[in-house]
Amino acid sequence: MTPLSGYLILSAMLFAIGLAGALIRRNAIMVLVGIEVMLNAANLNFIAFWRYGHNPQALTGVMFVIFSIAVAAAEAAVGLALIISIYRHYKTTDVEKINSMKG
Amino acid sequence: MTAGFAILALLTVASAVAAMTLRNLVHCALALAVAFAGLAAIYLQLSAQFVGFAQILVYVGAVAILIVFAILLTRSGEPVAGSVFSGSWIAGVGIAAAVFAVLTAMIRSSRGLARRIPEPPQAAVRDIGDQMMSQYVLPLEVVGLLLTAALIGAVLIAMREKDRP
Repeated sequence: MTPLSGYLILSAMLFAIGLAGALIRRNAIMVLVGIEVMLNAANLNFIAFWRYGHNPQALTGVMFVIFSIAVAAAEAAVGLALIISIYRHYKTTDVEKINSMKG
Repeated sequence: MTAGFAILALLTVASAVAAMTLRNLVHCALALAVAFAGLAAIYLQLSAQFVGFAQILVYVGAVAILIVFAILLTRSGEPVAGSVFSGSWIAGVGIAAAVFAVLTAMIRSSRGLARRIPEPPQAAVRDIGDQMMSQYVLPLEVVGLLLTAALIGAVLIAMREKDRP
């Protein structure tokens, strides 16, 4: 049987990978992908705590993850639309070249 | 630690690392889909069936396809000159490693964590639907509104501006 800390450490690892990706990638799409990975790490924590918790019949963790997935989907759609709009304007998705507010 | 969890965790972490480090962005999107599928398998292992299948439907099905479309629409799939990482990548990796170290130290030092897994709860999809229509009906409506707003907003933002002065 895997102890709860196994899932928590896996989730921390995924969060760190997503954070590193969001911080070091130059492409704006990959920054968004890093944020998605971080959101998934948080969802894994919710499910693990729900499963190992004292009252799993309440379904609180499952409900939170379902709503979190819906919000993450909305975030991905709007974020990618913004990136496409920025690409149309600057002809690049390199976040280091997108550095002027109005141009 | 069971072998199943070890294999799934290894698959998920390896494909997440691949998604964050590969040069070709289409390969990154494929590795990301594998990472999401691994997470869905971990949810199934934790007997959260509905969340596992929702993860497959939403992330592997929709979000990965959305990312592939964004990559193709912005011509990011073409090879880029120079590094795909920013100049200050050492600081970024350092921050991520520090965050991971702090989180792991906290998890290792906490005493109250359950060691034994309880009996699998009877979390049938029927119960989830019942609760969603009774206790969580207001959040459900708000999420529906949010998704509608995001749909309209995404279409408006990505629409080509034709009659611009």
